[in-house]
Amino acid sequence: MGWRKDANIKMTSATQAVLDEPRDPPAIQIRGASYTLLVLELPDPKDQTFYSRLADKIGQAPNFYRFAPVVVDLKDLADAPPFNMAEMGRRLRQHSLIPIGVQNGTPEQNKVAVDAGWTVFREGRPSLVEVGADGDKRTVETPDPQAEDTPAIETQAPPAVADSDSPDATAMVITQPVRSGRQVYAHQGDLVVLATASPGAELLADGHIHVYGTLRGRALAGVSGDTRARIFCRSLEAELVSVAGYWRVRDDIPEDLIGQPVQIFLKGERVMIEPLS
Amino acid sequence: MSKIITMTSGKGGVGKTTTAAAFASGLALQGHKTVVIDFDVGLRNLDLVMGCERRVVFDFINVINGDAKLNQALIKDKRVENLAILPTSQTRDKDALTQKGVGKVLEQLKEDFDYIICDSPAGIEKGALMALYHADEAIIVTNPEVSSVRDSDRILGVLQSRSRRAEENLEPVKEHLLLTRYDANRVERGEMLKVDDVLEILGIPLLGIIPESQSVLKASNVGQPVILDTDSAAGRAYNDAVSRFLGETIEHRFMKPERRGLFQRLLWRTA
Ligand SMILES: Nc1ncnc2c1ncn2[C@@H]1O[C@H](COP(=O)(O)OP(=O)(O)OP(=O)(O)O)[C@@H](O)[C@H]1O
Ligand SMILES: [Mg+2]
Repeated sequence: MGWRKDANIKMTSATQAVLDEPRDPPAIQIRGASYTLLVLELPDPKDQTFYSRLADKIGQAPNFYRFAPVVVDLKDLADAPPFNMAEMGRRLRQHSLIPIGVQNGTPEQNKVAVDAGWTVFREGRPSLVEVGADGDKRTVETPDPQAEDTPAIETQAPPAVADSDSPDATAMVITQPVRSGRQVYAHQGDLVVLATASPGAELLADGHIHVYGTLRGRALAGVSGDTRARIFCRSLEAELVSVAGYWRVRDDIPEDLIGQPVQIFLKGERVMIEPLS
Repeated sequence: MSKIITMTSGKGGVGKTTTAAAFASGLALQGHKTVVIDFDVGLRNLDLVMGCERRVVFDFINVINGDAKLNQALIKDKRVENLAILPTSQTRDKDALTQKGVGKVLEQLKEDFDYIICDSPAGIEKGALMALYHADEAIIVTNPEVSSVRDSDRILGVLQSRSRRAEENLEPVKEHLLLTRYDANRVERGEMLKVDDVLEILGIPLLGIIPESQSVLKASNVGQPVILDTDSAAGRAYNDAVSRFLGETIEHRFMKPERRGLFQRLLWRTA
């Protein structure tokens, strides 16, 4: 299981210091982010049945595996003779996987991997979820040890990677009140506001929005189109709430929900407001 | 021919938004199709004064940026027929107001409305310039005090030099003076400028005198333009001003302090 987590790295371009420039180019932003990757254990590169069994495995959930970034685990191959890693990468790509790195390799293997255009991972933390057998949808289930009839190919797959229909796990947390006229946007993630959002404030998120104070301004969840995004707030006094572009203005919010803790979500094209009990 | 009328002042807090709401409602009540636009990006008070803040989805800036169609952003007034409000945004940048963008929206509004009322922000910066650039007529909202009069003078200069009519050598913007928050008692005591003093300095025709009145604050608290409160002096004064604007001749009132009887003089605190 590959798991990589970096602290937020912010790199500012040197050109920012040149104050005399009439127009500074925008600063280059590099940030850290953590993703869950698939790890493919490679028992024996010479095993002729490997790729056909891999094809079977992928056939169970083709959408899940399509273009999935994969880390190849070489832990069983420390004593194996050298093999053609670039060729292996090509074959994985034929199966719609995208190898991006190796882990647990010997120094020689690591060098070959880097030459093949991959990176070297330290072993990540395993994750306790697996691909559901129901095919296309990435469902999260507890693993069933009995079901493992092909132990040679093991994929453990949490649903975050390239799962475009799920909001990213990273959240933006705001601890200060969001005042009138301010706009806060959580790109590709959730927005958590621990304080109150004033009338005239605008909360936007690609994912969910949580407001632990009173929501008096506007809240727009799933602004990039995620219809599953929700808004949760402790006290609803919003001017407008919206999910994935569908909205309700204050005039369309029933009075008995005003001041209540609620969740807001989309049902078809309707914005639903439900009290939280 | 539809007309663009801008409420402007230079100085802040003199009553532009109150006047824009009152005039828009008054013109609509007299049967003219009217729209009132908030140019005060970032503060956005007009929708509160008009009582439609709970129905705002899209705004003026959305329309300029092409994020929404004009008819999606226009809010029909619930009380007065023929009246629509184009609210502005509180969160977006006022740089979104471009001369071309604003011009395009105004052109489109001209197709449907007789009067387009622009509520200008204070100052003589970008927002104010955008609000007055396209004006055919301007109502200079002034309080009877020195700083307000000076700023009005300043904004008259801007109108004469930086409006579209000035730039294109057309007939100049028609100017009207509206004296608001006029407190006859304080004028009598010499604490405020007299009407004549103001007229002498500014030298533009007087459209009306709106007395200082508690009813203005009450009206904006309930989101109802004060002109609809025909019991209040301010409401009646605004009605007179609108009628004058439309060409009627009406004598100016509210210039003198109200004569109070003995009991009223003793009991004025409860009045
Ligand atoms: N005739 C009046 N009598 C009493 N109060 C008034 C009167 N006119 C306006 N006010 C009050 O003055 C304050 C400012 O009014 P308004 O918002 O209309 O001014 P403005 O010129 O639009 O302000 P800004 O420059 O901030 O946009 C408000 O609280 C309003 O209620
Ligand atoms: Mg105003």
